[in-house]
Amino acid sequence: MKTKPLLIALLAVAVAAGPLATLALAQDKTIYVPLFVYRTGPYAPSGIPNANGFNDYFNLLNERDGGINGVKIAIEECETQYDTKQGVECYERLKGKATFVNPYSTGITYQLIPKAPVDKVVAHSMGYGMTASADGRWFPWVFNFPMTYWSQASAFIKYVGAQEGGIDKLKGKKIVHVYHNSPYGREANPTLETLARKYGFELTLLAVDHPGQEQKSTWLQVRRINPDWIYLSGWGVMNQVAVKEAATIGYKMERMVGNWWSGSESDVVAAGDGAKGYKSMTFHAAGPGFKVHQDVFKLLYDKGKGATKRELVGEVYYNRGMINAMLNIESVRTAMVKYGNKPLTGEQVRWGFENLNLTEQRLEQIGMKGMLQPLRVTCENHEGNGKAAVQQWDGRKWTIISDWIEPIRDVVRPNLEAAAVQEGGKLGYKMRDCSKEK
Amino acid sequence: MIYREAGQFKTSYGADQAVFPIWQDRWFVLLGVAAAFIVPPLLADEYWLQAVLIPLLVYALAAIGLNLLTGYAGQLSLGTGGFMAVGAYSAFKLTTAFPQVNILLVFLLSGLVAAGVGLVFGIPSLRIKGFYLAVATLASQFFLIWLFNKMPWFVNYASSGTITAPNRTVLGVLVTGPNATAPMRYLVALALVVAGALVAKNLVRGRVGRSWMAIRDRDIAAEIIGVHPLRTKLLAFGISSFYCGVAGAELVFLFLGSAETLAFDINQSFLVLFMVIIGGLGSILGSFLGAAFIVLTPIFLTNAPHAIGLSLPVALLKQIELMVFGGLILFFLIVEPHGLARLWQIAKEKLRLWPFPH
Repeated sequence: MKTKPLLIALLAVAVAAGPLATLALAQDKTIYVPLFVYRTGPYAPSGIPNANGFNDYFNLLNERDGGINGVKIAIEECETQYDTKQGVECYERLKGKATFVNPYSTGITYQLIPKAPVDKVVAHSMGYGMTASADGRWFPWVFNFPMTYWSQASAFIKYVGAQEGGIDKLKGKKIVHVYHNSPYGREANPTLETLARKYGFELTLLAVDHPGQEQKSTWLQVRRINPDWIYLSGWGVMNQVAVKEAATIGYKMERMVGNWWSGSESDVVAAGDGAKGYKSMTFHAAGPGFKVHQDVFKLLYDKGKGATKRELVGEVYYNRGMINAMLNIESVRTAMVKYGNKPLTGEQVRWGFENLNLTEQRLEQIGMKGMLQPLRVTCENHEGNGKAAVQQWDGRKWTIISDWIEPIRDVVRPNLEAAAVQEGGKLGYKMRDCSKEK
Repeated sequence: MIYREAGQFKTSYGADQAVFPIWQDRWFVLLGVAAAFIVPPLLADEYWLQAVLIPLLVYALAAIGLNLLTGYAGQLSLGTGGFMAVGAYSAFKLTTAFPQVNILLVFLLSGLVAAGVGLVFGIPSLRIKGFYLAVATLASQFFLIWLFNKMPWFVNYASSGTITAPNRTVLGVLVTGPNATAPMRYLVALALVVAGALVAKNLVRGRVGRSWMAIRDRDIAAEIIGVHPLRTKLLAFGISSFYCGVAGAELVFLFLGSAETLAFDINQSFLVLFMVIIGGLGSILGSFLGAAFIVLTPIFLTNAPHAIGLSLPVALLKQIELMVFGGLILFFLIVEPHGLARLWQIAKEKLRLWPFPH
């Protein structure tokens, strides 16, 4: 048995060598950006286009402008598989060099919220994460602009009201919320409940357990209730199954609206023609028709430097990745105006996020006019003043069909502030005074 | 040569019954534990402590728990994740309701709560065995997770639906919460796992452990010689769940910082079961080796290409990692079906004869 000593040696190496510290990729003269991606695992269909959008936008900036105001960007991907523990491992490995992170999973965001102020790293959860963190007085290091789940849900109700011919017509209407039974899926519930009381519609909450492959009983209930509208907060395979089941029971697809994590190509393609007419909320437009895409094609894809296939540019999650990268960059750029064109510290970058003012004019300069709405972040309001829209699937592509909808802020904000007191209190935080910030 | 018990005479019953009767073993373990207490907090950086060593210790404790139940008492369980969740949620409820209570005591109390739940879900083991029992414990896994998901009381009605570790101190030093330093968390986790391992080691050598093994090897024969199956099996479930509960509380309070029920899903149960199987059923050392293998190998495989300067796409790396990891599991199980602990035992035998093997 000559193999035994070898085996033991092998084992000793595997266990004792353990994780080796990674080599520092970033030099002093670059802005280091860690990217948490999930290109493998059960949610890869959403993760891949998103990661490609990120990559292409950062590479575009390096190619076209030489980085941010001449400071190059160094990106490093870390695979999380959308798994919280692997995300924490990524964060611990990369946080030393990072000034901001995009956790790209609500679970990972919750891990990073307490750690961010300690490590002086900005956590930007764009349109996901903890809604209460939109109160910047309690959570200075966490940002979730352009919008939160609560604002989104209120925009949905506003849209439904407009479709029914006025918000007062909601009285007596039946709305069902089909949601992923996790903190993420439950996010919209309190807002919907408040609005149900205010406008007098009947709300039914139907939970679907993770991962959501089995929804027969849920849709039987939907059939019995026969709701006027369905709001879907799903994720991954749950969306595909929900859209298919809705089509199977013959529900009118125009009256089923997903949230913005339930409205991508991969969610509807599986249901084929049955998905036609299905709608979802969004905060940006899909498609490769914007000026920034021309730059991407010219400077990256024509030179063979693109992250994906040409025809996949412009998918919903691809554009979302791009917009996320753009918001990161514009925040850093804002900070550079104050602190100079050099790699910045976490605290300086945080100031940039908090004072981001993305005007229509600026959007035009970066080639994203019409892709999303202008945005302004303040010390109190880390959600910004983003607006949502409704997009519809026509069997081939997603098209925005509504005007930009202003959330019902006078309902959302007081609830949000109350939640921030609770969540901030749990972490032992004190509310800061924004009038003293400069 | 270097590992020879010749000349070590025991002159008292105490010496004969020592945990480590050979002085080489004793010193090796003592030095190892001392090194574990001193070296990493001084030398390791935060990444090593927070992302590598703390999860290793937490899972080692959970693996010891499952090993007592599955390895020693022979009751196959897939409910580990659920029992860990019980520990985590009860620790959260206890420490938010009684903030002045020492957090270490809270860990032990939450272990007791988990033990109580374990006792209840252990009752079917009196009627059903083997795979059927595994299915019954699977039910406990799903039921407990569903319960924590369903009842907002368990998360103190937080709108986020997650539990977060608050700031808690031991002897005036912060050990949990976001501001606790990684070395402190590590030391707490290490102290708990050392204490747990010592207790477990003594348990399995004594009357309790022997009755567990008797039940495992043949329950009817055990009953005939006077081992009470009800008491023995339930005790195994209770003590095992105690360990898992403490490990679950540590997972949230020392490692993750905050968690939702998804952190305790069925994958956790499988993970801990694999640790026990790969490490070695019926071995305390095996629990450590198994946890080390399952926790460290993926991290090693992720970082190794970086370290040798290989730059590959992360997705490809992940796929390679999964393949190599799967391959290694198969490899070790084929070469040594009794687990890594058995390999260690064989190595010890070899050392005993070295340098003159026959």
